[in-house]
Amino acid sequence: MMLEAPSRSHAIDLEGYAKAIVTYIDDDDYPMSVPADFRSGDSEASVVLDPISRPPDMHPGRRVTVIFSHIKPVEDFGYVDRRYLTVEGRLEPKGDVFEVKAERISGWDESVVPFFEYCERSVGRGRAYLESLSRTEGKEIQPRLPLLWKMFLATRAPFLTATVIPVLLGAAVARWQGYSASWFTAVALIGASLVHIGLNMLNDYFDSVSGADQMNVTPTPYSGGSRVLQYGLVSEKAMLGWGAGLMVAGCVIGVVLSVFRGPALLAIGGIGVLLAFFYTAPPLRLAYRGLGDLAVATGFGPIVVAGSYYVVARKLSIEALYASIPVAILVMLILYVNQVPDRNADALAGKNTVAVRFSREAILRGYAIAAAAAFLSVVIGVAIGLMPTLALLSLLPAPLAIVVYRGMRDNYDSPYGLMPAMSKNIALHGLVGTALTMAYFASAYFSG
Amino acid sequence: MNDETVSPTRLSEVSPEVEHLLIRALVAELSVIAGGGRVVSYPLIPLFDGEKIYMTSSVLFSKKLEHIKANPKVAVSISDPSAVSGTELAGATIQGEAAVIDDDLHEGWMRLLPLWRQKEPSVDVFLKKRFAMPLFWERAIIEITPKRVFVWRRES
Repeated sequence: MMLEAPSRSHAIDLEGYAKAIVTYIDDDDYPMSVPADFRSGDSEASVVLDPISRPPDMHPGRRVTVIFSHIKPVEDFGYVDRRYLTVEGRLEPKGDVFEVKAERISGWDESVVPFFEYCERSVGRGRAYLESLSRTEGKEIQPRLPLLWKMFLATRAPFLTATVIPVLLGAAVARWQGYSASWFTAVALIGASLVHIGLNMLNDYFDSVSGADQMNVTPTPYSGGSRVLQYGLVSEKAMLGWGAGLMVAGCVIGVVLSVFRGPALLAIGGIGVLLAFFYTAPPLRLAYRGLGDLAVATGFGPIVVAGSYYVVARKLSIEALYASIPVAILVMLILYVNQVPDRNADALAGKNTVAVRFSREAILRGYAIAAAAAFLSVVIGVAIGLMPTLALLSLLPAPLAIVVYRGMRDNYDSPYGLMPAMSKNIALHGLVGTALTMAYFASAYFSG
Repeated sequence: MNDETVSPTRLSEVSPEVEHLLIRALVAELSVIAGGGRVVSYPLIPLFDGEKIYMTSSVLFSKKLEHIKANPKVAVSISDPSAVSGTELAGATIQGEAAVIDDDLHEGWMRLLPLWRQKEPSVDVFLKKRFAMPLFWERAIIEITPKRVFVWRRES
């Protein structure tokens, strides 16, 4: 159903649409829809229509809405390639057909605006509908998810690997140096995890207050926050309360541990908690000043590794601090890459992350240099005797860094296209951290 | 200019044909009346239980629901090639009264899943991941009671 289109510029793009439906309000005050053959109009932003039927009340001057919709059926799946376009205007005679000059055009094409982004852009409307319904019904109506799912989302539990790995690494270095890991390590892991979860929740709260997460219409499972506040699953008050409470609980565990293991733990843990709290909290708001990467590298690198080491050995060591370098760099790179898809929304919210401040080329170069530095630090560490030889096994995942780099390079402007690179980047930290930890434990075992 | 003709026909005379279209169509265009004499059209999956037409709408795309609550007169147009191919029909338009059922946005619409599944089997895959986009799965039912049906018939 497509009439031959004239050669012209600035036409409404009707390519690929097979049908048009012209709808007007009939004399009985019902919408009336009639299929029509169509082509782009001769004038700018117009369509020419030849309705398959002309009911008596479909006359020139009628206000109409023309919808063009397209799907591609896929057997046993449904359909793909969804798009539609609506053109509103008035029927004007044009020979023996009609022309509609567009007064309003709207629509959606999932090849231009991916479905998830389309949904995200509509979150405000969804929340408004629920609020309106709540007023009508006289009770609060919220989107529902099972409590466990809410907790899983709100805490961003999968990111706990960033804490688990350095805690175990610190204990492993201590074991390598002849100290026996004890149940204190397990307690330290719980305390650090609580602080980390609290950090995640407070981060969401402050990013919501600043508007950074609301402005982000292309969140992914790895970026853009947990979204539980934006979706109305959790209130800001609850998020703040739970985030602060978990952080306090983590601090209490740290204080108790320091009683048993030594006061230096208070200083190490204190720095870590301050970095975590002021990551997005005012007045420092480190992430908003481009210092988030440094804070994350410090907090999830030397601070946690040194703290964990101290819990076992009751002292600090240069070997433990050195062991933290590669995991610090790689955990920083998790944030570094995950900031890329958020950069437009972050810029609007005044969150001047590294990805906001620097060009694509600089960011890519920075990734390559930092990743290379992480692996080089292992080679040097082994060469100068600060790391066991088996630590070289942690170089095995290095090719993954190249995959991440290429993924970033090829999908820099595509938040959803970046997801595989973000996923592999997280895996890179996990694999290297695990390999390092295993190397220290194995070296301790083989050395006696 | 096409020279095809059509003949509007009453519901009682064309039910089997319209039913065929409603059952086969993967997409239909729902037109609702907005304020100021505007009519707005949306592509949606038509579900038919033999008596009424059902559609579902996420609260994310709830403008249509507000329009229907303000004015329940709607039209459903079916001309999806999946439905009309192999027939002599160019499509059909069903005018009717719509009601928005939103008393249980979370699960109420799930009673339509068997009908939905027939047209979009992948709905189950997406539904299993509803935690990823919870607001999308808070959905109202649009229940349409047909009043008049017009069949658009091509003449060869």
